[in-house]
Amino acid sequence: MSTASHAAAPPARPVMEPVPVQIRSVVKETHDTFTLTVAPPPGDPVSAFEPGQFSMLYVFGVGELPISISGDPAVRESLTYTVRSVGQVTYQLVTRRPGDYIGIRGPFGTSWPLKEARGKSVLIVAGGIGLAPLRPAIYSILRHRGDYNRLVILYGSRSPRDLLYRKEFAAWGLLPDTQALCTVDYGGVSWRGYVGVVTTLFRHVRMQPQETVAMICGPEIMMRYAARELEARGLPPAQIYLSMERNMKCGAGFCGHCQLGPYFVCKHGPVFAYPEIKPYLDLYEL
Amino acid sequence: MAPAEIRNALASHPFLEGLPEKYLDLLSKLAFEVSFGQDEIIFREGDPSSLFYLILSGKVALEIASPGRHVIIQTLEAGDELGWSSLLENTSKQFRARCLEPVRALAFDGARVVALCEQDHEFGYHIMRRALGLVAERLRATRIQVLDVYSPKGVRAQ
Repeated sequence: MSTASHAAAPPARPVMEPVPVQIRSVVKETHDTFTLTVAPPPGDPVSAFEPGQFSMLYVFGVGELPISISGDPAVRESLTYTVRSVGQVTYQLVTRRPGDYIGIRGPFGTSWPLKEARGKSVLIVAGGIGLAPLRPAIYSILRHRGDYNRLVILYGSRSPRDLLYRKEFAAWGLLPDTQALCTVDYGGVSWRGYVGVVTTLFRHVRMQPQETVAMICGPEIMMRYAARELEARGLPPAQIYLSMERNMKCGAGFCGHCQLGPYFVCKHGPVFAYPEIKPYLDLYEL
Repeated sequence: MAPAEIRNALASHPFLEGLPEKYLDLLSKLAFEVSFGQDEIIFREGDPSSLFYLILSGKVALEIASPGRHVIIQTLEAGDELGWSSLLENTSKQFRARCLEPVRALAFDGARVVALCEQDHEFGYHIMRRALGLVAERLRATRIQVLDVYSPKGVRAQ
């Protein structure tokens, strides 16, 4: 399997020019996380994305942030983003109302290796809000289910109240040839599911390592441990992909804010093959 | 369970994978089957450590008391071990173990296992090596848990 990134075609408009889009809905997922759906202009390239890519969302007069697209790539008339409110710009984003306008640039970055994974099993490993950038890949796999073998979705979260897309996740687990397991770091006494770090779910996975492609997204520490553990379990490193997070500003590899070793995460990532990014995973900051 | 079933269950338990046959025979004589109902407490925090369990089926929550409530910090199930502190002397249970589902397990008197370890150091090496691996695995998982990697401070806003 190639370890090359999956470079996307650049957006047709000037990359630094935001497109005004109207917010259709804001849905509360958890106590601090919301899903926004926006309506891009019909036919605008801003809406043509590959699973794993992100947009730059601009709250006018407040600031701009990179946000992964979390919706179905087959739905072109809307774009979906899941945003955790942890700062001024994200707070302003999630408190917008339907009908308000925000600016969008993108889509930017590389995508999950869905073509390379055809004919193989797919192991999705998500941590926290890392499930959001993986959801478009799950939608795409489910839409083309015959192209893939087993689908396993492992999801780790801080506590039961932090779990995203709960109903949808439960429904995935009921699909044929699909395994969906979640675990939390801490559970209340009423929680009947798994408690422990996401890597503890690996032993429940039934698949052939050589015939599996893993896609991992979550906090960097979690991704590092997950990738190491999968490698120890026989998954070829070139078949492990991670989505990296850095301080992305321009989205097009101009400004250098998101540089990681020889890469600009916004342009060469965010999705990397493990061998590409492994030397930089242990570094505090470059 | 008949003695032969106990021996088979021990031989197929991940904790004892690769243990020489003669030691499986030895442990078979010490093991006895136990079962617990849903929500039954297997042991409480502070209880003297006496039994060591190899879980055959079901799910157990390890819980710790925090002011006004219990918090589940780990779940264990078939293929896991419970109560490793009984392999140490003069210790008490650090957590409460509660069954989330009906549980079947093989139990050992920790003191008798330790006595056998003292008598036969090769046997002791096999057991303690496995126990060390188990503790190391739990420690690694706990370290990642306490890092609280999913907290807002631990990750960049998305």
